[in-house]
Amino acid sequence: MDALEQIKGTFFQECQELLADLEAGLMALETGEGDDETINAVFRAVHSVKGGAGAFGMDDLVAFAHVFETTLDEMRGGRLAIDEPALKIMLRAADMLSDHVGAAQHGTDVDLARSAALAGELAAMTQETPAVGAAAPPEPEADEMGFTPLKVGLDSPAGGWRVRIRPAAGMYAKANDIAPLLREMERLGPCTAVLDDDGLPDLEALDAEGAYLAWTIDLTADCPRDTVAEVFEFVDGDCSLSIEPLAVEPPGLDIEALLAQARQPAPPAPEGEVQAVIDQVVPAIPVAQPDAPTDAAGPARASAAAANASPATIRVDLERVDRLIDLVGELVINQAMLAQRVGESGFARSSNVAVGLDELEQLTREIQDSVMAIRAQPVKSVFQRMPRLVREIAASTGKEVRLVTEGEGTEVDKTVIERLSDPITHMIRNAIDHGLESPAERRAAGKPAEGTVRLAALHRSGRIVIEVGDDGAGINRPRVRQIAIDKGLIDPEALLSDEEVDNLLFLPGFSTASAISNISGRGVGMDVVKRSIQALGGRITITSNPGKGSTFTMSLPLTLAVLDGMVVSVGDQTLVTPLTSIIETLQPKPADVRTLGPSSRVIAVRDAFVPLIDIGAVLGWRPETDTPCAGVCLLVENEGGGRAALLVDGIQGQRQVVIKSLEANFQQVAGIAAATILGDGRVALILDVDAVIALRGGRATAIPSLALAS
Amino acid sequence: MSLKVLTVDDSRTMRDMLMLALKDAGFDVAQAVDGVHGLEVLGQSNPQVIVTDINMPRMDGFGFIEGVRKDPRYRGVPILVLTTESDPAKKDRARQAGATGWIVKPFSPAKLVEAIRRVAA
Repeated sequence: MDALEQIKGTFFQECQELLADLEAGLMALETGEGDDETINAVFRAVHSVKGGAGAFGMDDLVAFAHVFETTLDEMRGGRLAIDEPALKIMLRAADMLSDHVGAAQHGTDVDLARSAALAGELAAMTQETPAVGAAAPPEPEADEMGFTPLKVGLDSPAGGWRVRIRPAAGMYAKANDIAPLLREMERLGPCTAVLDDDGLPDLEALDAEGAYLAWTIDLTADCPRDTVAEVFEFVDGDCSLSIEPLAVEPPGLDIEALLAQARQPAPPAPEGEVQAVIDQVVPAIPVAQPDAPTDAAGPARASAAAANASPATIRVDLERVDRLIDLVGELVINQAMLAQRVGESGFARSSNVAVGLDELEQLTREIQDSVMAIRAQPVKSVFQRMPRLVREIAASTGKEVRLVTEGEGTEVDKTVIERLSDPITHMIRNAIDHGLESPAERRAAGKPAEGTVRLAALHRSGRIVIEVGDDGAGINRPRVRQIAIDKGLIDPEALLSDEEVDNLLFLPGFSTASAISNISGRGVGMDVVKRSIQALGGRITITSNPGKGSTFTMSLPLTLAVLDGMVVSVGDQTLVTPLTSIIETLQPKPADVRTLGPSSRVIAVRDAFVPLIDIGAVLGWRPETDTPCAGVCLLVENEGGGRAALLVDGIQGQRQVVIKSLEANFQQVAGIAAATILGDGRVALILDVDAVIALRGGRATAIPSLALAS
Repeated sequence: MSLKVLTVDDSRTMRDMLMLALKDAGFDVAQAVDGVHGLEVLGQSNPQVIVTDINMPRMDGFGFIEGVRKDPRYRGVPILVLTTESDPAKKDRARQAGATGWIVKPFSPAKLVEAIRRVAA
C-alpha cells in the first residue's frame, strides 16, 4: 500500500474518534456537564477533521467543516451563546460531518442540498450572510507561501532587485537570522551583499539582544518582486525592509566579470562578520543566566509533565493478537495436559514437580488474563453510536426521547463489542418505536412528554450484562398474544404466564417483517437478535411492567476464548459446565427427590423444590436413571433467575478450558454451547445450561408447546 | 548529519503526513502530541527546527512556543507554525510568542521541506 493511502486509512480512523469526541462533547454541553475545555475539544475535533480532509483534497468535507468550525469558534470565543437550540443544530451538523466523512471514505455521495442547508443554518447563527456561509468553499486557505502564481515579466526589471534590510531585535528573538535570508536570495540569482555596521555601538554599550546591523543586497536575477518579497515573508514586520528595482547597468560593462567579482567576496563576508559579532555576544547569555538552575528545573518539569501524559500506546495488527490468544489457548491446554500426566505419575502434592506445576498454572492464568486484557475495550465505542440513532428515530417517529447511558467504561473483548452493535441498535430502535408512547399519550398517562431510554453495561459474575430499558407503556400482552394466535404460533386456548407471553416476541415468525437479512432494518424480529446473542454464548431476557416500561437484558461472556468450567462425567462422557451458572453442588438424598407426573422429578433444596434434570437423559446418552442418589447434583441458575438441579455421575474438578466453536467445526447441537480439548487430548462438550433447562421442562425460555405440555 | 526536526501536532493524520514528508527529505524526525509533550521531548530530541500546530489539548501552540523561547538553550531554534490562513490574528499571536515562520495548511511536502530549509541555520 502506498504510504499516503496508509495515512488516509489513519485519517479515517482518527475521524471516527474525533467524531465520537465531537458528539460526546456536544452532548455534554447540552446536559450542562461541559466546561471551557469541552468546547475547546469540540472545536479541535472539527478543526482536525478539516485539516486532514484538506490535506487529502476532500473539498465538500472541508467546505462543510469550515462553516461548522467557524460557528464553533464563535461559540468558543463567547460571542455565540451555548444554548439548547444552538446545540441541536450543532448535533445535526456533527451528524452531517460524519456523513461527509463516510462519503469521502467510501466514495459515496452525500446529500449536498442538506449539507448546504445545514451550513446555512450554522452560518445564520453567526449572523453571517448565508451566501458566505453556505457550502461555498472556504477562502482558499493556501497560499501565502507557496502557490502564488508567478507574474512573469510585467514587473521584473531587467537588472534585478536591491533589498535593504535593517533587522529589529524582535527578528532575532524569533530565531530568524540574516544568514538564511542571504542564502535564499542566492538561490534566486547572483547576489552581492554589503554590510552596514555604522549602527554598531562600542562593546560596552552593546546590548546582547539588540540589533545594530543592516545589509544592502543586490540581486541580479530576472524574477518578479513577489518572489523576492517571499524570501522576507517571515521577517516582515520585524525589520525595516525595502525592495527596489536595481538600476540598470550602464552599457559597455563586462557584466560577467563584474558578477564574478561580486560573487567572490559577497555572501560569506557578512555571514562571517555576523558570526564574529555573535561570538562576542553569545557568552553574555550563560553569564547572565547560569546553567545550573536551568538544568535542575529541566528534569523536574519533564517528570511532572510525564505524570500528566496519557499512557503510551502502540497499534498492533489484530491478527497478531489473535495468534497470541490462540497460542495462549494451546498453552492452557498443554499445561492442563502436563498437570494430568503429573497427577497420573503419582507425585505427591508437595513434591517439587507438583509445586512447580502449581506455579506454572498461576503464571499461565496470569498470561492468559493479560492477553485477554489486550483485546478488552470499553463498550463506549458501541454506546457512542447510539445518540445519533436515537435522534434519528425520535425525529422520524415524532417522539421525544432522552438517552441515558451508564457503564460506558465497562470492558469486554473486542469481538464481543463488534457483535453487540447490531443487537443494541435493534433494541434501541424497538424501545423508541414500540416501547415509548407519543408525547400526547405520555402526557395523558401523567408522564413527562419526553421518554427515557436507558442503555447500561455492567459486569456481573464474569459476564457482561447490557440492559436496554424504556419508560414506555410496557409490553401489550393481550395484543402480543393475539398476534401469536393469528399467526398460528400458539393455540388459542393456550394458558401462558406473563413471562411466556413476553417471550413470544422472540419466536421466529412473530415479527411482521419480510426481510430478515438486515438486522438493523425496521421491524425485524427479535428472533434475529436472540439468535445473534446466542451465537455469542449469551442470553437475552425481558422484564416488562404495564404502564412503566420494559427492559431487555443481554448477558454475554466477556471473551469468546476461555471459560472457567466444572468438569463432570456423565455415563462414559466428559462434560464441562460453565462455572458462572453453578450455585452449588449437592449430593441428593432419597428423601429429597420427589416425582411429579410421569416424567418430572424435583429435588428439595433447603426450603424449595427445583426441577431435577438428568443430563445423561436430556442429551440422549442413556435412559433416565432410576437411582439419582448415586450421582451428584449441580444446582444452577439461569439468567432469568430460574433454578434447576443438573444430575451428573461425578465431578472431576474445576478447570479453565479453551472454547472451540462447535458450530464452526460441526453444527449447532441442542443443549451444547461449544467444545473444548481436555488435558488428555480428548474433546469434551460444554453444556449450555439455559438450553438444557429449556429442553427439559424449564420455564425461562420455554417453547410454548412444551409449556403447554408441562 | 541530517537535520533534526521536532513536530508537535495532536492529529495522528497530520503527524503521519509530517513524518512521511520529513523522512523522505532525509530529516531526523521526533514527534510530540501536544505542547506539554513537546516541551517534555524537547531536551531529548534537541531539534534544530521545530514545527508546531496551534490547536492542541493540554497546551496549545502559543504556550508551547513561549515555553521553548523561555529556555535560553532553545532561544535560537527556529519554530514554524502550522496555520490556517483563515485566522491572521492567530498568526500574529504566534509571532508574538516567538514563532519564526509559518506553514499554511494544507501543505505540500515540497513546501514544508522548503520552509524548513529556509529557516534552518
